[in-house]
Amino acid sequence: MALDQSFVGRTYPPTEPYEVGREKIREFAEAVGDGNPAYADPDAAKALGHHDVIAPPTFVFAITFKAARDVIADPQLGLDYSRVVHGDQKFAYTRPVRAGDRLTVTSTIEGIKSMAGNDILDVRGEVHDEAGAHVVTAWTKLVARAAEGE
Amino acid sequence: MATQIAYKDVEIGTELPAAVFPVTRDTLVRYAGASGDFNPIHWNEKFALEVGLPDVIAHGMFTMAEAVRVVTDWVGDPGAVVEYGVRFTRPVVVPNDDKGAVIEVSAKIGDKLDDNRVRVDLTATSEGKKVLGMSRAVVQLA
Repeated sequence: MALDQSFVGRTYPPTEPYEVGREKIREFAEAVGDGNPAYADPDAAKALGHHDVIAPPTFVFAITFKAARDVIADPQLGLDYSRVVHGDQKFAYTRPVRAGDRLTVTSTIEGIKSMAGNDILDVRGEVHDEAGAHVVTAWTKLVARAAEGE
Repeated sequence: MATQIAYKDVEIGTELPAAVFPVTRDTLVRYAGASGDFNPIHWNEKFALEVGLPDVIAHGMFTMAEAVRVVTDWVGDPGAVVEYGVRFTRPVVVPNDDKGAVIEVSAKIGDKLDDNRVRVDLTATSEGKKVLGMSRAVVQLA
């Protein structure tokens, strides 16, 4: 089933703030086996000019993807989420995410395409801190594979 | 941002130190917990087979996180990465044994940009096959 093109350009209200914790950053860095001291040691992060420990570049995806999921779960859009795979992912950072940040995500559907029975959805998430300053933009391409027999 | 790598010291084609990242089922369970992505294709073999996959596969975002370590380890300050994007072309299949899989990552300077920035082109493979396409980072150098 082709998706409703009128959803292109639609922006959803900002999410509730996500508070980034030092221990959550440490847990993520350990999970990817990354011992960079900027992720765990505030003094090491400060020596690099940061206010507190910073998060690895892909950490913010957990926050933006949750926001994107809320968008694509919109029943009016009619996406079959069980068939969704991740196509592309891109981030553009104004500054790294850091401990103490309270981040909100504003998601916009940038594109909807149907190709060979697959539905392709592009979602842009703009991430801002508590002061309203831009932190990072995340572009996520999701592909809902064609159902069998279609 | 406080990297030691100077823009003037790198050339187009300069290679960054390559790295190999192991990934086992244990790694994936840890990553699922840390990232909040509990999709069973990343830990449940029965489920993965049912949806047509050859076995449990690594999270694409895990592979993306490992690949950029070649950049952040080189530049020192992870905050120097100002852009990073990939295409997920092929999953990393992770068998249920002690060895698991490995992700091999190499990178080189693809272009020198304005304002002391460089584009780093990354290549990530597993079992000799490319797992990320269009994998690029823009990095702010001194």
